[in-house]
Amino acid sequence: MTQVALAQAYKAESGRVLAALIAQFRDFDLAEEALQDAMIEAARTWPNSGTPSNTGAWLLAVSRRRAVDRLRKVARAKDEAVRQNLSLLAGDQPEDEAAQEIPDERLRLIFTCCHPALAQEAQVALTLRTLCGLTAREIARAFLVPHATMNQRLTRAKAKIRHAGIPYKVPEGRDIPARLQAVLSVIYLIFNAGYAPRNPVLSAEALRLCEVLHGLQPLPETAGLWALMALHLARDPARLDVDNTLMSLKDQDRTLWDHSAIGLAKTRLLHALAQSRPGPYQIQAAISALHCEAESWAATDWPQILALYGALYKLSPTPVVALNRAVAKAHAGAPNAALAALLKLEASLEGYQPFHAAKAELMAQCGHAAWSEYERAISLTPAPEEQAFLRRKQQ
Amino acid sequence: MQYMALIYAVPNGEEGYEGDIMADYGQFTQDAIAAGVYVSGEALMPETDASTVRMRDGKAQITDGPFAETKETLGGYYLLECADLDEALKWGARIPSAKYGCVEIRPIMVFDQ
Repeated sequence: MTQVALAQAYKAESGRVLAALIAQFRDFDLAEEALQDAMIEAARTWPNSGTPSNTGAWLLAVSRRRAVDRLRKVARAKDEAVRQNLSLLAGDQPEDEAAQEIPDERLRLIFTCCHPALAQEAQVALTLRTLCGLTAREIARAFLVPHATMNQRLTRAKAKIRHAGIPYKVPEGRDIPARLQAVLSVIYLIFNAGYAPRNPVLSAEALRLCEVLHGLQPLPETAGLWALMALHLARDPARLDVDNTLMSLKDQDRTLWDHSAIGLAKTRLLHALAQSRPGPYQIQAAISALHCEAESWAATDWPQILALYGALYKLSPTPVVALNRAVAKAHAGAPNAALAALLKLEASLEGYQPFHAAKAELMAQCGHAAWSEYERAISLTPAPEEQAFLRRKQQ
Repeated sequence: MQYMALIYAVPNGEEGYEGDIMADYGQFTQDAIAAGVYVSGEALMPETDASTVRMRDGKAQITDGPFAETKETLGGYYLLECADLDEALKWGARIPSAKYGCVEIRPIMVFDQ
């Protein structure tokens, strides 16, 4: 029983407690160790004393004390001034921890973890470690790297934050858009890492993190990303058929979609769009929403999807967006023009599986022989269910 | 914190620079001094005037240049006193050569007493 309470408390509170500890002590490792100490103490005392009413405040108060204890040990050999400062820190703590509000420092922590001076893979790892409370082992497993590699990645990132003076603050003014984009890409990377090779924990963490971020700093692009991910998940039940074969959007049983989740995501998206500050995630979510509200593949509003891809291309002119726009153009009734647009992308997308899959389908649609193009797409596909899917189309 | 802004560029990279680069460097230096972040800064003579010394087996081995394979070479530096990395990066981005070369920001190592 207490085990469950403990696990729940950790899951719900560790991000907020760690953020508050890091804000106070400016030391990731010390914060992690102190929280670990507090968890051990909770496991020891909660079975007798009962689960505290405010588990987060309890964990924070105990962690703070443990952090100060740890610093005292280190400072013992050092000068008296440091010891006196520590006494002040310790004296800071109100005794009645249940009545205490935990300051929410997670926003600062998100921006620190996703600082562009850190490599993106380190941003992802550090975010999962500190804000989502995953262990290095769990993160290593999710990203298919050895545990030691992940440990090293986290250690190096924390050392760089300390040594290079990466600040612990929320960016302001002109810096906000670029820094927010960095945070959102980390969240979306976490989501996709959980979506394609199916690790529901990561997808759920990404959604939760996005929700927290939006709660602390409501911006339309954050809501856009939340809606985009929620719409992906709403369609998830129809993504694989009974034989575990990947179902294309076209062939999915739309009655399996979670229509109440779709409704909620659309409401939030419309609210974000109404603020007239469009961004790539809002547009992608709008495209996804149009798919979700179509009763069938044939009934999809392709002209509007095509227009949205045009708008997306203006904001992020990448070959992948151009590919999606070409595919939308074909569905909107211009397959020959679409194929011509697609062929222009050959040089930049050679080796990109979705390009060859789309090219094969378009060639077939335009009446060209597409067998060898399907072969090329299959050869670039690692997942067996996706290979099976392409083989069926090839026939 | 003190940060070294190391300015790298390809030789003669400033040829395509729009505007008066010397005036812009003068302005940058004045701005950094006025903001209280400037500690020191110098431009370096090109790599062709460089010599390298290594101590091996107690003997000094001296060679011409480093002539590294990388195309961008160190052309100068600023030592800046900033609150944090964000401030240092902001100043680094304003160094005129950042428009055609790059500026590496390195924290100065602090040794324990």
